[in-house]
Amino acid sequence: MSELIQELNEFAAEIRLETLCIIASFGNGHIGGCMSIADALAVLYGDVMNYDPADPKKKERDWCVLSKGHAGPALYAALGLKGYFPVESAYHLNEFNSRFPSHTDRTLTPGVDLTTGSLGQGISEAAGAALGNRLQGIGSYVYVFVGDGEADEGEVWEAAQFAAHYKLDHLIALIDANGRQLDGTVDEVMSHGKGLHAKFEAFGWNVIEVADGNNTAEIRDALRKAKQTSGSPTALILHTVKGKGVSIVEASGVHSAKPNQEEWKIMLEEAERKLADVRGRKGGIE
Amino acid sequence: MYTLAAPNKTDNRQNCDAYQDAMIELMKENPGIVHIDCDLMNCIHTERLKNAFPDRVFNAGIAEENAMGVACGMAATGLLPFVHTFGVFASRRILDQAYLSSGLSRLPVHVIGSDPGITAAFNGATHMTYEDCGIYMTIPNAVVLDPADYAQTYALTKKLADVQELSYMRLIRRAFKPVYEDGSDFEIGKGVLLKQGTDAVIIASGIMVCNALEAQSKLQGEGISASVIDMHTWRPLDEELVLREAVRTGCAVTAENHQVDCGLGSIVANLLIEKNPVPLERIGNHCRYGKAGPQDLLEKDYQMTAGDIVAAVHKAIARKQG
Ligand SMILES: Cc1ncc(C[n+]2csc(CCOP(=O)(O)OP(=O)(O)O)c2C)c(N)n1
Repeated sequence: MSELIQELNEFAAEIRLETLCIIASFGNGHIGGCMSIADALAVLYGDVMNYDPADPKKKERDWCVLSKGHAGPALYAALGLKGYFPVESAYHLNEFNSRFPSHTDRTLTPGVDLTTGSLGQGISEAAGAALGNRLQGIGSYVYVFVGDGEADEGEVWEAAQFAAHYKLDHLIALIDANGRQLDGTVDEVMSHGKGLHAKFEAFGWNVIEVADGNNTAEIRDALRKAKQTSGSPTALILHTVKGKGVSIVEASGVHSAKPNQEEWKIMLEEAERKLADVRGRKGGIE
Repeated sequence: MYTLAAPNKTDNRQNCDAYQDAMIELMKENPGIVHIDCDLMNCIHTERLKNAFPDRVFNAGIAEENAMGVACGMAATGLLPFVHTFGVFASRRILDQAYLSSGLSRLPVHVIGSDPGITAAFNGATHMTYEDCGIYMTIPNAVVLDPADYAQTYALTKKLADVQELSYMRLIRRAFKPVYEDGSDFEIGKGVLLKQGTDAVIIASGIMVCNALEAQSKLQGEGISASVIDMHTWRPLDEELVLREAVRTGCAVTAENHQVDCGLGSIVANLLIEKNPVPLERIGNHCRYGKAGPQDLLEKDYQMTAGDIVAAVHKAIARKQG
């Protein structure tokens, strides 16, 4: 394993642990939907994205938009670990007057590029940001996380047709295909016909499958390919696991987890252990 | 007829179950009633309905506009659809479908918007609606309801079976303060005069009815006698009751879990200014966005407590005296 991948895996494990700490500060939340994107966030903030924590609104930055805005805590973990703010300051999730609501809000949190929470809206906003940057000669990329349940929304497909029509090749959508939404599995609640791959392709997007969407090396390769694409936006179909790394949530698959104290203890210990394991691999054990 | 609950009564049920209780009975009685949800069945216990009527409960996924349009099409075939999502999406997101495919088309669909105003609490700004009822008030024939508690949610849901127009009803999802005992009955379009006083009238709806009653009792302790109206129906508004009490007492205070500039406060203001101007004070959200927090702190922050109502009554009475 390359040193970089080792680093990214360590960062992903840190994001998982910090995400749990942030959600634990409130007591319950969208653990599943945060954990499924932790690895992709690690690759973006650990390697791929261009950003400056000291200047979060810098014009020549890459953008990261959580169209599935309920995964806020995972983004706060990544931003905090990268120095946008002390990560502990996010241990006030949803508190009165807190700068860290469950759903991302650009007016509250440094590093949050766009406000989301009403599913479907973030991908349109992201397309607008990509177009706006291009119009101003800024070569930044806009990365947007979209849920596979969220993809029920008509707006996702309105954005998809717009982005392809305007050849927004600096828009890269990371589709979190964890197979679950709020009321159950995507196949039970609202299935996607021939699948999200076929749908995005039909809408004129370049589509890349990431067989293991929780594997940093695979995600990184896919993102590199996406950035080599010109003339169309790219969708990465990340086949992920809702709750990845947190056994209790992986098993239950619930959307909004309300763990009891005992379960919190188990989950936090598991995340700490996994972080220690990844760190232990450093120095070429593998 | 209704029975008031004891002032400090608590109730551990979740308010959304009142909707389910009523719907299970309605769907038993009327085979034309269907329920459509938008990936939020788990949030209001719709699995109860789904288990009882697997063929007449549909999940449209996270696609509210389509859910509303589909409901309108079903209504055109003679069915009576109920559609549920969070209040934010049930109003802002599907306004055009509600307006045109249901309202203008005269096709009855009953829209249920959960987590109104501060009851969205920790779900925060993006999920907190203070304008949902106001949005439905812009649709000429929409019936608009803001029930106070379990008993009233149950009773009004049952009454919707006879409403052949578009309607919007708010649904408190979880905890609630009981105002009424179970078995209380209410008529759509008829306000409830809960207390009759001489010095001012407090007109409240939804979670604010409880606060209005508390304010009335505090005022009584100060020797001020206030009427309290539960105005669970915003449209059709019980104009006669508002005017009668406003004329009798000489000043009014409205109290709502909503923006006053597009809510109960403005509906009552419009009526009074046209028919019988009296001093009016309005309690509710004054042009602010939502934010995350516990409901009790939000109530204080948006100045919606019983104490705020008391202060507003003092102000209204002072203005009356010149
Ligand atoms: C427009 C809109 N409708 C409904 C919701 C409520 N909601 C929040 S998350 C969610 C399920 C999301 O599923 P998915 O996009 O697959 O996210 P993930 O499973 O990755 O967490 C729902 C229905 C919302 N936030 N916005």
